[in-house]
Amino acid sequence: MKKTECLAMLLAGGQGSRLGILTKQIAKPAVPYGGKYRIIDFPLSNCINSGIDTVGVLTQYQPLELNDYIGNGEAWDLDRRDGGVHVLSPYQQIKGTDWYKGTANAIYQNINFIDRYAPEYVAVLSGDHIYKMDYAKMLAYHKEKNAACTIAMLEVPWEEASRFGLMFVNPDGSISEFEEKPKKPRSNKASMGVYIFTWSKLRAYLIADENNPNSGNDFGHDVIPAMHAAGERMFAYQFDGYWKDVGTIDSLWEANLDLLNPKVDLDLSDDTWKIYSKSAVAPPHFISDKAAVENSMITEGCNISGTVDYSVLFSNVTVEEGATVRYAIVMPGTVIKSGAVVEYAIVAENTVIESGAHVGNSPEEMKDRLEDWGIAVVGENITIGKNAAVYAKQMVDTDVKGEA
Amino acid sequence: MRASNVLGLIYASVYDEHISELTSVRASGSVPFGGRYRLIDFPLSAMVNCGITAVGISTKSNYRSLMDHLGSGKPWDLSRKNEGMTILPPFDLAGNGGANRTRLEALEGLLNYISFSNKEYVILADANVVANLDYEAVIDGHIRSGADITICYKHGVKPNLPNLMTFTLDGERITKALINENDKAEKDYSLNILVLSKALLERLVNAAAAAGATDFERDVIAANVGSLFIRGQKIDDFAFIIDSLRTYYDVSMKLVRGDYKALFKKDQPIYTKVRDDMPAIYGISSKAANSLIADGCIIKGTVENSILFRGVYVAEGAVVKNSVLMQDSYISENAKLNCAVLDKNVVIKPNKDLSGAETCPLYIAKDSTV
Repeated sequence: MKKTECLAMLLAGGQGSRLGILTKQIAKPAVPYGGKYRIIDFPLSNCINSGIDTVGVLTQYQPLELNDYIGNGEAWDLDRRDGGVHVLSPYQQIKGTDWYKGTANAIYQNINFIDRYAPEYVAVLSGDHIYKMDYAKMLAYHKEKNAACTIAMLEVPWEEASRFGLMFVNPDGSISEFEEKPKKPRSNKASMGVYIFTWSKLRAYLIADENNPNSGNDFGHDVIPAMHAAGERMFAYQFDGYWKDVGTIDSLWEANLDLLNPKVDLDLSDDTWKIYSKSAVAPPHFISDKAAVENSMITEGCNISGTVDYSVLFSNVTVEEGATVRYAIVMPGTVIKSGAVVEYAIVAENTVIESGAHVGNSPEEMKDRLEDWGIAVVGENITIGKNAAVYAKQMVDTDVKGEA
Repeated sequence: MRASNVLGLIYASVYDEHISELTSVRASGSVPFGGRYRLIDFPLSAMVNCGITAVGISTKSNYRSLMDHLGSGKPWDLSRKNEGMTILPPFDLAGNGGANRTRLEALEGLLNYISFSNKEYVILADANVVANLDYEAVIDGHIRSGADITICYKHGVKPNLPNLMTFTLDGERITKALINENDKAEKDYSLNILVLSKALLERLVNAAAAAGATDFERDVIAANVGSLFIRGQKIDDFAFIIDSLRTYYDVSMKLVRGDYKALFKKDQPIYTKVRDDMPAIYGISSKAANSLIADGCIIKGTVENSILFRGVYVAEGAVVKNSVLMQDSYISENAKLNCAVLDKNVVIKPNKDLSGAETCPLYIAKDSTV
């Protein structure tokens, strides 16, 4: 049997509560992104592109859609006889049943799974970030440094640094200090939530952590500091591509529109680093002679007769003649009828925006009260009635009645 | 589900020599069509959509790209332990070279495969017919009528192909089948979609082989219109035989003029091999109208009345009109194209101005740079 040098564990159990109604039915990694993808496509594609063909996906919150989506892993070429993708849910044991109490506990509960492959290294990845990264290069760095733990690190703008777990790095790349979301950051080197561990080391720390009744069983809060305190060799691996945590409505909206910005370093057309996904079965999209489309991303199955500007349209979206979609993200199967306007908004799947309805407001329109401005969000499978309005920052997940 | 009792057989390599520009490097079944498909996707998806679970694909020559496209049959849900899709390369019957020169020769070579099937009926279809037909209705109609053979036909000017049958009908019954009728009058002509029982197919092919017959249309169908109940099923849906580059172009243009809805039906999807392209991206000041555009395209110029396959790039200032651009074509800055069919991976250099005519589209071969 071939040897598994490095196995990946993908943390995909998060609720993503700040995404509100978008994660009511699905886990955050299953949230649609970029016209045809889901967030989890990025770490999964990174794995296969980096040569990691054994991946455990840890699910917990609303796993139905995520499990269904991952299936046997075929979309990512991870349907393997030996290895491949495995969805790992919490399970019942003789001593009782535990949910995954924290990120470290989730891995702890699956030590048996990892041991089966006896890898030398384990990559622990977060399932809710958009980025393209070659883990093989990071693994080479980890080996070169003979590290126990290597953490991928990104320099973030100083004004945002306080949102991240920060690191202080010595000239040789070793980490001297950690600081978790400090009010006044003294470093702008943020952890990306991408770790590579030497498995024998991590295994011992996970068991110790589990036996520590005071631990929160979390990587960032407990395991990493414990390893650091014990003097393990811990290194930072600098990454300088595009990376985005799409944990909020604003960041999800922005990350989608980033795909339309030629200055943003996230090229999904790169054949050497494809992002795989389960594609919808749909014909090419049709643009009629009434349509005006500029600066947008449009997926197969769409039917466009209206105006689309600066927007990302997922598969099978219909924009009727006279409808306007601008600065908006529209998820699969949604219909925007004639005369409707959708702007500065995220509209979830299979929703109908009836004619004359207005979803969202532009910031210019609200320049006198910008503090009230925000992205409007319309949930899945609902109808926004004729001439009805959904205002900026509003989040609706039930039908909005319109004129009869 | 009657269709589960039907074996599907598709000729992937019929009339290759007639659309030679497009089939010089591939079997007709793997000619790209409709922005993201290959011709074989249409009959294959129709079979799958009506519940057929066993499909044999008969090939003749140049079928590497076809095999690459079909793979294990997974996109059509035909990668099965039992039944599923089987690619049937030419079978060498005692030294005839396995050439599959005619439809009958191909069928003789397939007898072994056919006899292994436990199905009661067989549906035969050609890969060069662009349609999204309800085969279940065709099969049901056949069984209900008690006919020996059902052949789908269409009324119109007969495509210019050898051995294509034209019929005289009395009600549903075909009373006369002619081959090679060559005038421009409108006729009832065969779409080469046939349903018959497996037992009858085996009997007819064996008898024809024993008699040294060479031609399926003449020696099996036309010769038997008197002795068998051969039934015609009229097809009024979108269905076109691709018999030349010209019809390939015309049928493509029908799609962008609005007929795409007749081919791409929501409840009868056309399946194809996935390519994992990103969605199409439109740049600032791009213009597009009346066009079918697949994933992976990047449009910065103008596109009108055209079909763009996956991964086509249209640069700033480029103008593409009335054209079909296959996978990964690259149209450079300020180039102009009108009435053109670009095969895969064609590069048009900046400021080129190329134009064919509606009646004679310009064809540019795979991998060329102009």
